[in-house]
Parts: sequence; C-alpha cells; structure tokens
Amino acid sequence: MGFDIDVTLRRGEATIAAQFTSAGGLTALFGPSGAGKTSVLDMVAGLLRPDAGRIVVGGRVLFDSAAGVDVPVQARGCGYVFQDYRLFPHLNVRHNLLYGWQLAAPDQRWITLDEVCDLLGIGALLTRRVRHLSGGEKQRVAIGRALLSGARCLLLDEPLSSLDAARREEIMGLIERLRDELRLPILYVGHDRAEVDRLAGQVVTIRA
Amino acid sequence: MMLDADGWAIVALSLKVSAVAVLGVAPLAFGVAWVLARGRFAGRVVLDALVHLPLVLPPVVVGWLLLLAFGAQGAVGRWLAGMGITVMFRWTGAALASAVMAFPLMVRAMRLSIEAVDIRLEDAARTLGAHRWRVFATITLPLAMPGVLAGLVLGFARSLGEFGATITFVSNIPGETQTLPLAIYAAMQLPGGEAAVTRLAMVAVALSLIALAASEALARRMGGKGGL
Repeated sequence: MGFDIDVTLRRGEATIAAQFTSAGGLTALFGPSGAGKTSVLDMVAGLLRPDAGRIVVGGRVLFDSAAGVDVPVQARGCGYVFQDYRLFPHLNVRHNLLYGWQLAAPDQRWITLDEVCDLLGIGALLTRRVRHLSGGEKQRVAIGRALLSGARCLLLDEPLSSLDAARREEIMGLIERLRDELRLPILYVGHDRAEVDRLAGQVVTIRA
Repeated sequence: MMLDADGWAIVALSLKVSAVAVLGVAPLAFGVAWVLARGRFAGRVVLDALVHLPLVLPPVVVGWLLLLAFGAQGAVGRWLAGMGITVMFRWTGAALASAVMAFPLMVRAMRLSIEAVDIRLEDAARTLGAHRWRVFATITLPLAMPGVLAGLVLGFARSLGEFGATITFVSNIPGETQTLPLAIYAAMQLPGGEAAVTRLAMVAVALSLIALAASEALARRMGGKGGL
C-alpha cells in the first residue's frame, strides 16, 4: 500500500514530471536541485495542483484530473515534514505536536503524544519554545507533529540537509525506525546518493 | 488632582469617543488590511489610495465630506434618519469623524503585520488537517496580533488628537462633542483661559505618551514590524 503517482506540471519553461509506483516502505526521489523534487511532494500533499495526472496513496485517490478528483489539503492525511520544519513560532513544543492531533477525528489517531515522545526522544522538550530548539530537535518535533496528525503517509523533504554529521546519523536511524516499525509509506527527497541508497527500498530519479 | 469635574468629564468623553471609534472601525480596518496584503485584484491600487486619503486630505475637507454624506440632506444621513438615528452634533458623530481619520493608520499597521505572516506556516497547518478558517484563527491571527494591537493603539492615539474633521462635522458642543482638543481650543478663545488650557494640554501630552509607549512596546514584541 504505497504510492501510485503520475503527474505533470508546467512551470514557466520547465515541465516537472514524475511517474512511479511503490509497494510501500521508503521511496526516495533523487535528482539534481531544481528538478522539482519538492514540487512532487507539494503535489502529493495538495499544496500544488498538477496540470494533469493521478495521485493515489495507500489505495486512496487524492487527485485524478481525468475523474475530477482533488481532495483538499486538510483532508489528504499526508504528514509533511518540510525542509525548513515550519514549526509554529507562537506555540510551544507540546502545542506544535498536538496541533494536528486535536484536529484529527478520534479514529484517525493511531499514535499518542507519549508514544511519539518515546519514539523520537523529545519528552524533555515539551514546554520549550520552538525558537530555542536546535536543528535536530526541530526535525524531531516536525516529524512528531506529522505523525500525531493521523498521517497515512510521510513526506520527508531533505530531512538531513541542514544537520551536522552526528545529528544526521541520529535522524537516519530514526527514519529507518519509522520505515520499519510504523509501516507508513514514506516519500523521501534527498540529493545525497549514499543516504538515499541506505534508506530507500526504491529510488525514483527526477530529471530536470 | 489638577482637573475639576468638568475637566474629567472632557477626558472621559474623549476616551469614550476614541474607544468607540477604534473598536467600531477595527473589523473593517482588518478586512481592508487583509485584502490589501493578500488580495490580487485590479482595483487594489485604487483601494490603497482611497484608504490613505484621510491621511493626506485637510481634516476640514474630511469633515465637510462627512457633513455632505451624513447631514440632514445627505444620502446616508437621510437613510439613518429613516431608522431614527442621527449622528449630527452627537458624540457618535465625533466618533465617526475620529474613526475615518484613524482608519489609514490602523490599516497600515495591520497590513504590515499580515504581510509579515509566513504563508508557508499556513500551508503546514493545512497539511495537519486545518481548513482555511481554522488556519486563520490559530495561525494567521495570533501571528499578526501584535501588529493588530499596535494598529488599535495608534488609531486610538490619533482619535484622541482628532480636531479638524470633528469640529467641522459635529461642531464644538460641551458635554456632547467637545473632546480634549476641542476643549483646549475653546478655552483658548476665552479671556483668562490660560490655566485651563495648560491643565488640559498636560493631560493630552500624558495620554499621547502612554499611547506611544504602548505602541512602541507592541512593535518591539513583534520584531520591529508594524510600528511607526
């Protein structure tokens, strides 16, 4: 139950195109910067509208231009972990984590705050303001916030790019746990070949 | 204290007129600020110019235009009269004049604070399951709030100082439309009014300083944006 994606989007002179299916696990989008990897994540999340194509996640049709299906962003259930984290600066860590959890229908919640804190090791941060967090801590909170929203898939946009070597190893281990223990389909954008080869069951190359 | 009962009544009337003016016009100011910050439409430049008009027009012209619109022969005035409402020579008219004069300053501060809100945070909230109104209530509005409050304080301070449009529109009636600046002006016309002028002027200085300090504190809290 992974991704079944076939989209095209014209942006000025360039055309962003992606076509792949995955059975589950972690699928990496790989390619040079500017090729539109992040745009593909945005299209899956519903933040960008493809000109044409079809997006199916876990058997659920989120977008289908031929059938006129376009599920709104808030109903897609995509746990998007942005490259710049996008934690809410006016809320502390606890309220960031619970933002989506409070909005999710009770039967959509498959993980609790305590479980997320254990999994990500962020229990000690709950009362902190987000601007006082380090990059690695922000990354964990952003992942936790996405999981708690009842996400049915994870979209990770270059989660290692702004971390030092030690943090990078830590977060990579964490992503492996998410992949193996939670069995969530993960769409992962990276530009480092070694990192992508280690994490991904399947690598999709996006050409500029 | 240095003010007598009449003096305090003048201060109280001024505060009432300014508070009603600012709170009454705040939703409209926020709406216009929102449209100017986020809207992409053809008449945006025209709207922007119209909003700023009271800032550059002579206040006496604004008062005269209000007289034309809300007077006994004015279109709005006749409509209001039909419902038994009149603002002519009433404190509500003073509040209306103050609101019009304070409007551009309020829109400016609010617009800057709305423009400073990172739209990418709103996108993040949507991916977490929030529909547009919830995004507005839980992300946009709280993040813009310091600027909105600064706009209210600025508008309040401008209202307290309002003179030209008010005296043109609703005249200078003690106990009804005679706010602090109008009372100072009236006292200056009277022989031996210097003492009263001094007392009222000192109150005006104190109120303005408090408003400016409040506006400055709010501007500082939101990182230097939205202040004067």
